[in-house]
Amino acid sequence: MYTQALDTHGKEPLPAGEGGAVAQRFQARVDADEKIEPKDWMPDAYRQTLIRQISQHAHSEIVGMLPEGNWITRAPTLRRKAVLIAKVQDEGGHGMYLYSAAETLGVARAELFEQLLSGAAKYSSIFNYPTLTWADIGAIGWLVDGAAIMNQIPICRCSYGPYARAMVRICKEESFHQRQGFEIMLTLARGSAAQRAMAQDALNRWWWPSIMMFGPSDADSKHTAQSMRWKIKRFSNDELRQKFIDITVPQAFFLGLAIPDRELHWNESTQHYDIGAIDWAEFHAVLKGNGPCNRERLEARRGAYESGRWVREAAAAHAAKERARTASTGGSTAQTGRT
Amino acid sequence: MSSAERHAAESERELQAARCRYVLRLGDTALVLGQRLGEWVGHAPALEEDLGLANLALDLVGQARLLLTYAGELEGRGRDEDDLAFLRDAPEFMNLALAEQPNGDFAVTIVRQWLIDTWQLQVYRALAASTDTRLAAIAAKALKETLYHHRFSSGWLARLGDGTAESHERAQRALEELWRFTAEFFAPDEVDERVHAAGIAPELPGLAAPWSAQVDADLAAATLRRPAVASYSWHGKRGVHTEHLGHLLAAMQHLQRTYPGLRW
Ligand SMILES: [Fe+2]
Ligand SMILES: [Fe+2]
Repeated sequence: MYTQALDTHGKEPLPAGEGGAVAQRFQARVDADEKIEPKDWMPDAYRQTLIRQISQHAHSEIVGMLPEGNWITRAPTLRRKAVLIAKVQDEGGHGMYLYSAAETLGVARAELFEQLLSGAAKYSSIFNYPTLTWADIGAIGWLVDGAAIMNQIPICRCSYGPYARAMVRICKEESFHQRQGFEIMLTLARGSAAQRAMAQDALNRWWWPSIMMFGPSDADSKHTAQSMRWKIKRFSNDELRQKFIDITVPQAFFLGLAIPDRELHWNESTQHYDIGAIDWAEFHAVLKGNGPCNRERLEARRGAYESGRWVREAAAAHAAKERARTASTGGSTAQTGRT
Repeated sequence: MSSAERHAAESERELQAARCRYVLRLGDTALVLGQRLGEWVGHAPALEEDLGLANLALDLVGQARLLLTYAGELEGRGRDEDDLAFLRDAPEFMNLALAEQPNGDFAVTIVRQWLIDTWQLQVYRALAASTDTRLAAIAAKALKETLYHHRFSSGWLARLGDGTAESHERAQRALEELWRFTAEFFAPDEVDERVHAAGIAPELPGLAAPWSAQVDADLAAATLRRPAVASYSWHGKRGVHTEHLGHLLAAMQHLQRTYPGLRW
């Protein structure tokens, strides 16, 4: 998880006019579906857009570890426990690849991390909602990983090589997560009345936040046009959202669960599902830091960072000692330390 | 049935019970430690350690599943891995008391992990040659994982012990705090003796010397002092636990206890 178009009121990046001929050559390569690599020339606005998007995506992966990690100790069977640990671990791995992809653009992971902890950087709004029951773990896999896939599959063809390649690997794992989540929901939906109620309650709470994961509607999304020219983005927020809805609604029918939207209906003329109005006030409130768990999520990240400081310092001090020992002994026995 | 035959049958039943209990001890230790490590995921000092600790947790839960499944079969009452994990109360858990100790700071977690890794290394290595082929196969797989776990934990022990003054002090304190739980490692009871006599498990006191050598080598690399011999031993493997296990089980078993008998 999970990229999201977050910048609703950012400035439209400058058009890639800088550099004249070299800029034209850059755009021609993008137009020809060539991959841009770290050493290639690129407009500064392209670089900044990518840094912002990739780092937001990375932050989302690691903040996303928290709501699901919340259920590792309470998973109802050992198999579910193992699968959940592996999933949360995958999300941490996604964060790592993405920070590495961002670093190829000339920014350090530590700097990006500071932006997250200070609250300056954004991450996907969805992780500011609480996981209250076991069914939430199913709903997250089914809906949130499902929405992530919808967002991320097109990024596998992103013009920036390192981001595109990271996304290929990540998407494979996300689709695995989506299937596991759906399977949890299916088990609950076919279980006892209490389990079915638990599944319905989870869908009620996660449906709209999942719909909002696609970001503001196209009318309010300032970055879309330029990102499309750069082939960082290939579909608009609303197009992706509609695809997600069209795929997910029949899955809810299959589960025998009700989508919490009275206005939801199949539109014969468009051959799509129409949904009721999205509560954008809620979306903006969550983005601004006023969602149900924004404080808890940032506090958890800061807490881990602060209480881990002495550990990181120890690792750095130890590495320095090892280097000094290697230098003084010619390096042959440094691996085992002092014995 | 002659009295000799009755005696032989009785003796075989006792052996099966001891074998079951021995496998439960191994499985419960892996499960409870894996459960503790699961508490860290998302909260570790750095992303790499989040992934590393999750890896250990995953391996240990995997070992527990194999061992508890086998223990359930040996018991012969139709209990599977989940019945054993989620429907026993604390006195029926047979894990080493060290495994249930709270995570504390990162030094406590690393020292706890390293002590159990060094213990499991000895036990699994010996069990790979067990006459019980099922147990030998589980141990062989677990040994590979444990070699990796030990690299992780002894590596961190060295970084903490031979890092900064603060990390050294924290590591030494964790060692002093947890050392008393190692007295249980190599103290055999009738179960250990029974399975050893049948060629199922190694003689426990015989593992103490190679364990000690490994521990001393790791401590030397970490510039840490070995604490004095522990005077009191908890008997987690006989179901006598510290106060911490009940809380761990309360969280772990919550869903199965609240909604009995359902599929998840
Ligand atoms: Fe992910
Ligand atoms: Fe995922």
